[in-house]
Amino acid sequence: MALLDKHQILERNVTLLAIFAFLVVSIGGIVQIAPLFWLENTIEDVEGMRPYSPLELTGRDIYVREGCYVCHSQMIRPMRDEVERYGHYSLAAESQYDHPFQWGSKRAGPDLARVGGRYSDEWHVDHLKDPQSVVPESLMPKYAFLADRLIDGRYVGDLLKTHRFVGVPYDEAMIENAVLDFKVQVDPDSDYDDMLERYPGAQVRNFDGQPGISEMDALIAYLQMLGTLVDFSTFTPDASR
Amino acid sequence: MERYTFLRAFADSWMLIVLFAFFVGVCFWVFRRGSKKSYDEQSKIPFRHEDKPAPPRADDPSEEE
Amino acid sequence: MTNYVKLILLGLIAFLALIAANYARDLAYLVNALTIALAAGAAFLWVLRTTDEPAVRVDLSGEYMDGVIRAGAIATALWGVVGFLVGTFIAFQLAFPWLNFESLQGIGNFGRLRPLHTSAVIFAFGGNALICTSFYVVQRTSAARLWGGNLAWFVFWGYQLFIVLAASGYLLGATQSKEYAEPEWYADLWLTVIWLSYLAVFLGTIVKRREPHIYVANWFYMAFIITVAMLHVVNNLSIPVSIFGSKSVQVFSGVQDAMTQWWYGHNAVGFFLTAGFLGMMYYFVPKQAERPVYSYKLSIIHFWALIFIYIWAGPHHLHYTALPDWAATLGMVFSIVLWMPSWGGMINGLMTLSGAWDKLRTDPIIRMMVISIGFYGMSTFEGPMMSIRAVNSLSHYTDWTIGHVHSGALGWNGMITFGALYFMVPRLWNRAGLYSLRLVSWHFWLATIGIILYAASMWVSGIMEGLMWREVDANGFLVNSFADTVAAKFPMNVVRGMGGVLFLAGGVVMCYNLYMTIRRSPIVEATNSVVAAE
Repeated sequence: MALLDKHQILERNVTLLAIFAFLVVSIGGIVQIAPLFWLENTIEDVEGMRPYSPLELTGRDIYVREGCYVCHSQMIRPMRDEVERYGHYSLAAESQYDHPFQWGSKRAGPDLARVGGRYSDEWHVDHLKDPQSVVPESLMPKYAFLADRLIDGRYVGDLLKTHRFVGVPYDEAMIENAVLDFKVQVDPDSDYDDMLERYPGAQVRNFDGQPGISEMDALIAYLQMLGTLVDFSTFTPDASR
Repeated sequence: MERYTFLRAFADSWMLIVLFAFFVGVCFWVFRRGSKKSYDEQSKIPFRHEDKPAPPRADDPSEEE
Repeated sequence: MTNYVKLILLGLIAFLALIAANYARDLAYLVNALTIALAAGAAFLWVLRTTDEPAVRVDLSGEYMDGVIRAGAIATALWGVVGFLVGTFIAFQLAFPWLNFESLQGIGNFGRLRPLHTSAVIFAFGGNALICTSFYVVQRTSAARLWGGNLAWFVFWGYQLFIVLAASGYLLGATQSKEYAEPEWYADLWLTVIWLSYLAVFLGTIVKRREPHIYVANWFYMAFIITVAMLHVVNNLSIPVSIFGSKSVQVFSGVQDAMTQWWYGHNAVGFFLTAGFLGMMYYFVPKQAERPVYSYKLSIIHFWALIFIYIWAGPHHLHYTALPDWAATLGMVFSIVLWMPSWGGMINGLMTLSGAWDKLRTDPIIRMMVISIGFYGMSTFEGPMMSIRAVNSLSHYTDWTIGHVHSGALGWNGMITFGALYFMVPRLWNRAGLYSLRLVSWHFWLATIGIILYAASMWVSGIMEGLMWREVDANGFLVNSFADTVAAKFPMNVVRGMGGVLFLAGGVVMCYNLYMTIRRSPIVEATNSVVAAE
């Protein structure tokens, strides 16, 4: 009984009890989280993924700020109906630059992982201003105020730098030109070729159709690029994953 | 990758055995002979000092405040 | 002397907070900085008024420290009502979208109020309940006064400040979008300080206990405090964009971040809402039933099994996502195994009443505790079931999950907390008993019917929308548009809101009853005092 009597020590010594309890609770997290960082097949090898452009990243922050994630997921599961409704199932690679992830947990509204390009900019403006005017059954709140809030991208360089710090591959040119790239993306008359070279496939339009850069511009720029980057001809499913 | 394979193999063999043994040990310990008296005693802890703290033990010099 | 150090520190904090407010990059940060300056200023004045007063040294070691628990009980009841109110309001927002008032756009929209609701009920209501009951229990089972003197008060007020920072931040748009961990970096840092102080008070009290053994309720409380500290720190690893702005960037991304988030999220349930509340169960149920826990042996096995298995269950939130299958499978297996320790605990709690079942008829407080354990058993059966891949493919993303969460949160956490408050308040204020047991019965039935309406409507709505989403016709085309499924949920959303109204009404009845207990119930002679009652 000598070994078994040791539990009595745990029952009486709070430091040991605390240390043991901590050891027991830390194992699960280590086994489940840590391998995801060094298993190569965790994130698929596909072409087309790039960091968000400054305007898209600003739009993403507005998406986060307004709590869109509480009602909209960005994770299409490989079930037949979901693929039919939303498009190709989501890959881990598609959220590799998402700090934090936006997979969501609840669909009070539809999934948005591939909403980019599905609707026109005008539809998005109408829908954000008064959702029930385009989808009568919708439960979504109105976001008309986004069109009135003008932004100048003053801090977008800092934002990019912080993202680079946590591992998003923004290069020197991207950081230097952050504010410029931010502005040219809503101005089709500007010289945006350099921006397109840095962010291939970025869409250049006056998204909200009114002068100036509003939060509405940024949010729609983000929505319109969601799920459009990956070139699925380069994707081969990995059965061992 | 090798490190992962090694840790994975370690986790679902030796570590599993150790943790399982710890759990079985706890069960055995709990149901050991003579435990009933001690546990009956412990389960009455909530009924002892409802109103105020126990007086300091005589052998305890570290009473502060 | 220490008071002068405190004064300098507090003054410095207020000053720095004002500077920060001056350079603020966004509104949430500005308001939060001003809040901090205000709080530091108030603390400064309080310290100033007590500085250089002639010190009165009273030996308080013969008396439990109950003031902070009284404050905690009040905070629990009030935050509870606030949390229920916001919850009921956003439930109706989902039925009647015009409740997202145009004049409050950007503050009162569902997306900003939902984090306010979840944090108010989990952290403000649940957190205060856990802190104040753990202080109550650890003193009485250790037969020792709380360690650390006014540190316990620091924990209490610091925690309220965290709640205010988080709540006002949500409304003004500061969120890191990780569910149940939305507060931004500075609120997270502050909570870490508070939490470590809480751990110190709790462990310090156990260290100087005058019982040879550590009562099992304290094991659960301790595991809860330690694990929540670990989860909080890892899940909130983020880099602020600027020290003058609320925005921060998470260190992890995509799939790793999702795994970390749900490892946190599920164990916020497992340790905040389960282990901590089990600590409550292991003290208050035996006390109210006036008999020791059914099996102390089972409680030890329950403890080790529960804390080991719970921590693995997170990935079941990510079935069929881009998370690798091995992780999801691991999560599923452990979730199913978890059913056993959960029900072990449930049996232990329920059987504590064996031989005293007649109390169910006469004592509405014990009835409340028993139904909470019943709801615990129900949701810990439903949970493992929903973690099975096939079931999850239907239930995930639907209202079923919402119903499951609420049967656990309202039924288990809510009811056991109400029971604990009804138990503690007369004792803390030296009253002969509660103002009215009939009102407790009213509360019991209002809350129970409210939960049933809530859970039942969400089962129907969740399973219905899950089935409608996947329905295809003979040619393989989808039958329902997404908008169809939204429209179909309307009646259930209304019923859910009404369930919330009933539960909220029960909470208000409780507040009234507790208030009248403090005001009106006959006073009994204080037993918790240095001077022994001769």
